[in-house]
Amino acid sequence: MYSEKVMDHFEHPRNVGEIEGASGVGTVGNAKCGDIMRIYLDIDENQVIQDCKFKTFGCGAAVATSSMATELVKGKSIQEALEVTNVAVMEALDGLPPVKIHCSLLAEEAIHAALWNYAEKNHIEIKGLKKPKTDIHEDDHKSDDDRDVVAYD
Amino acid sequence: MSNEKKMIYLDNAATTAVKPEVLTHMMPYLQEYYGNPSSIYSFAGVSTKAVDEARDTVAEFLGAKGKEIYFTSGGSESDNWAIKSAAAANKNKGNHIITSAIEHHAVLHTCSYLEKNGFEVSYIGVDENGVIKMNELKEAIRPTTTLISVMFANNEIGTIQPIKEIGALAKENGILFHTDAVQAYGHVPINVNELNIDMLSASGHKIHGPKGVGILYIKDSVRIGPFIHGGSQERNRRAGTHNVPGIVGFAKATEIAAKTMAENAVKLMALRDYTIDRMLQEVPYARLNGHRTKRLPNNTNFCFRFIEGESLLIMLDNKGICASSGSACTSGSLDPSHVLLAIGLPHEIAHGSLRLTLSEETTKEDLDYVIDAVKVIVERLRSMSPLYEDFVKGQKAE
Repeated sequence: MYSEKVMDHFEHPRNVGEIEGASGVGTVGNAKCGDIMRIYLDIDENQVIQDCKFKTFGCGAAVATSSMATELVKGKSIQEALEVTNVAVMEALDGLPPVKIHCSLLAEEAIHAALWNYAEKNHIEIKGLKKPKTDIHEDDHKSDDDRDVVAYD
Repeated sequence: MSNEKKMIYLDNAATTAVKPEVLTHMMPYLQEYYGNPSSIYSFAGVSTKAVDEARDTVAEFLGAKGKEIYFTSGGSESDNWAIKSAAAANKNKGNHIITSAIEHHAVLHTCSYLEKNGFEVSYIGVDENGVIKMNELKEAIRPTTTLISVMFANNEIGTIQPIKEIGALAKENGILFHTDAVQAYGHVPINVNELNIDMLSASGHKIHGPKGVGILYIKDSVRIGPFIHGGSQERNRRAGTHNVPGIVGFAKATEIAAKTMAENAVKLMALRDYTIDRMLQEVPYARLNGHRTKRLPNNTNFCFRFIEGESLLIMLDNKGICASSGSACTSGSLDPSHVLLAIGLPHEIAHGSLRLTLSEETTKEDLDYVIDAVKVIVERLRSMSPLYEDFVKGQKAE
């Protein structure tokens, strides 16, 4: 069901963990759907992502997309990180089963949420970054209608 | 770590291996005696006789008469037949059906199909152990109720329902009672008369018989029409050339179950309880789903908080362990098991379930290996889980 890349990132996930005093933290997903991702970003004064860590509650694809997303944004500027889309994550993993595409959207959303958190803390605006749709940090009890991240596919 | 050749199969509620004796018994009907039981010549008579004998074996096992046993393609067909045909046969009397919230989808989806076609269905809730709420069931009965369909034992959490009480209640109210006994048949004793069962579904491949064969028991006083049309087989009630090898295999598996069931149950319950005890003692934040004692001898089902079931299954698979999370039939869906939600678990806990279903081949050593693997994997997944991180931080804050 999963590609070798997905299995590799699931079995040997890169960048699992937390960053103490992270520049930005984003948590997205919904326990109801069984996927929650949290991304920690360490961003330097030049707005370059020096380090990135994640924690994920979810299926094999959720873990693999989180792992890949952290790999893809590491070392990038925040503007470049914004361009790491779910499609890029999926391609890097040699594809996902259709029922798991929402995991890649969640990974993209998690990066955005962490960037948003960083922007808010530093009172800056990141061009092209919209307020993330799901951040269960702020709102633990979303209604059923708010399962927007999953509704993409 | 993943190169071990070992395989431990603990998904016997999904399907089982065909027993060698069963296969040996089936083989002649694939090649030697391939005649169609409906044919007139004596060569086909061998097949006819085999089907008749198989019918009697199954009937005896259930305390029924041979003419009350109808061979089908399996549990799903039997459930569809019983419910749709009973609803149709009694639609002048009423359009109301009662079932439980934790049925297999073969029952639930059949009921929702009927709802779209003018019938009304009440889905009775269960308590935290998965036992049907008898008061709710009693209160749901209306003058228009024509059928109660409640499973004998649940496929996910193994809880055995109070079938005798439900049968008595149905009889008292002149309502037909169907039970999906796919998981119970061959595992626990069933006497259809003592339990007031009007219709019962069972399947071959859950009891070390072949796939693609099952039965529907229909009490001889019950008048329902056929579901599969097109031939006079099965007393004009189920068209289609008899699956002779499947039918004799089903009967052989039944015969073996009849002989070994009691002894196996003792052995399996000991292993089951050992697994439950070790898991609950050794894995933090684990819970048992389903009733502690009113459960199938071979069923265990756990939830491990802060982790998700599919991840657990893939990691177990890497260690050669075949298990399932929720019902195998629901894989591909994103929703957690309807059974676990019905017993009151929140979504995030329901997502972290593991079902291990044993067979008589299962050894204590197998289970020790599996429990040890589960411990390591659960710990690893928790170290990656934001839910666990929040939980630990919350505890420290207190």
